[in-house]
Amino acid sequence: MAQVTMTVNGKAASGTVEGRTLLSSFLRETLDLTGTHVGCDTSQCGACVVHVDGVAVKSCTMLAAEADGADVATIEGQAAPDGTLNTIQQAFQDHHGLQCGFCTPGMVMTTAALLKDNPKPSEQEIRVHLEGNICRCTGYHNIIKAIYAASGQDVAALGAD
Amino acid sequence: MYNFEFEKPSSIADAVAALGGDEAQALGGGQTLIPTLKQRLASRTTLISLSNIPEMQGICTGDDGALCIGGATTHGAVASGAGAYPGLAALAGHIGDPAVRNRGTIGGSLANNDPSACYPAAALASGATLVTNTREIASDDYFLGMFETALEEGEIITEVRFPIPEVSHYEKFVQPASRFALVGVMVAKFADGVRVAITGASEEGVFRWTEVEAALSANFSPDALDGLTLDADNMIGDLHGSKEYRAHLCGVIAKRAVVKAA
Repeated sequence: MAQVTMTVNGKAASGTVEGRTLLSSFLRETLDLTGTHVGCDTSQCGACVVHVDGVAVKSCTMLAAEADGADVATIEGQAAPDGTLNTIQQAFQDHHGLQCGFCTPGMVMTTAALLKDNPKPSEQEIRVHLEGNICRCTGYHNIIKAIYAASGQDVAALGAD
Repeated sequence: MYNFEFEKPSSIADAVAALGGDEAQALGGGQTLIPTLKQRLASRTTLISLSNIPEMQGICTGDDGALCIGGATTHGAVASGAGAYPGLAALAGHIGDPAVRNRGTIGGSLANNDPSACYPAAALASGATLVTNTREIASDDYFLGMFETALEEGEIITEVRFPIPEVSHYEKFVQPASRFALVGVMVAKFADGVRVAITGASEEGVFRWTEVEAALSANFSPDALDGLTLDADNMIGDLHGSKEYRAHLCGVIAKRAVVKAA
């Protein structure tokens, strides 16, 4: 067992972990941050995406001990403290970018990483960037719309539904 | 996943010392090793993380003009930082997905030598040199078969040196569920000849297609591949594609690679 300390959503967080403890397990079970979802547990689905030191990673495929000392951002840190959704979250709501919502935390975190590097992505760039995020409800079209809107672009330009 | 101890040394020397322990295993980005441990296909007493060793990070140009990439450099860093070798940067930018590319490393991929991984094709087609903590290994001597390499127990890939070709392209026919290559072909044209390496296809792992190399060295055009075929016997056959399908695909994908490289 080892002690790990990291910054999670701007606050110091620490706990005791085994070597095998995954970052997703540490976030969910030790810190009670259950917004990070574990869908496949095989790094395929992307529901567990969080940011570690500013880049998106699949937290089910990273050891908690590897994040010792890191700056971690999860879905819980995206909305304002009063619950006001951020631009990406609001766009997902406005454009019905979710149905069951299971994949949404990973979608939002992946989107945040995309827009940081590429503030005005094309539809094709968005689709390619979502390669590692699986949604079984929406068929993706409304997710694409939401991301396009969140980047400040006119969704009418995306063409027919 | 069985439990293990975790260590994160900050120098190559400390990592090598730690790997001398019984049942210790180096951990690159973990994008293959962690899923493997989860399935209990492997278990180790200690994992030695290579993620905090500054001397194994980053990209530079060597005195001989080769592109030098630290063994712990992520695919994402190669995709954005290997502009001097565009074919390699493009290859790195299409491994897995963005989140996987932020963790997975070039040294980890080459040490694992998955028969469908992309980097082995790049290293072999480029005639790269794999630098370890003890020696330098030519790519032609490094890949020994599916998941087998010339690495000794506890030996770490600290750097990979890629000669930069005049033109190159890696064409990947993606197996859509895994995003690995069903067949991937790297074509690299140097002043003294063309090298062609194929991943994803053979039971023996990555290999050079020497007949095509000779044909392309004489005539660097897709037509040069006409009539050249591979024996299906040694190909991988599985539910994603038969041996014959993969053998055929090698020729098709190689032609596409030449078209895009030219």
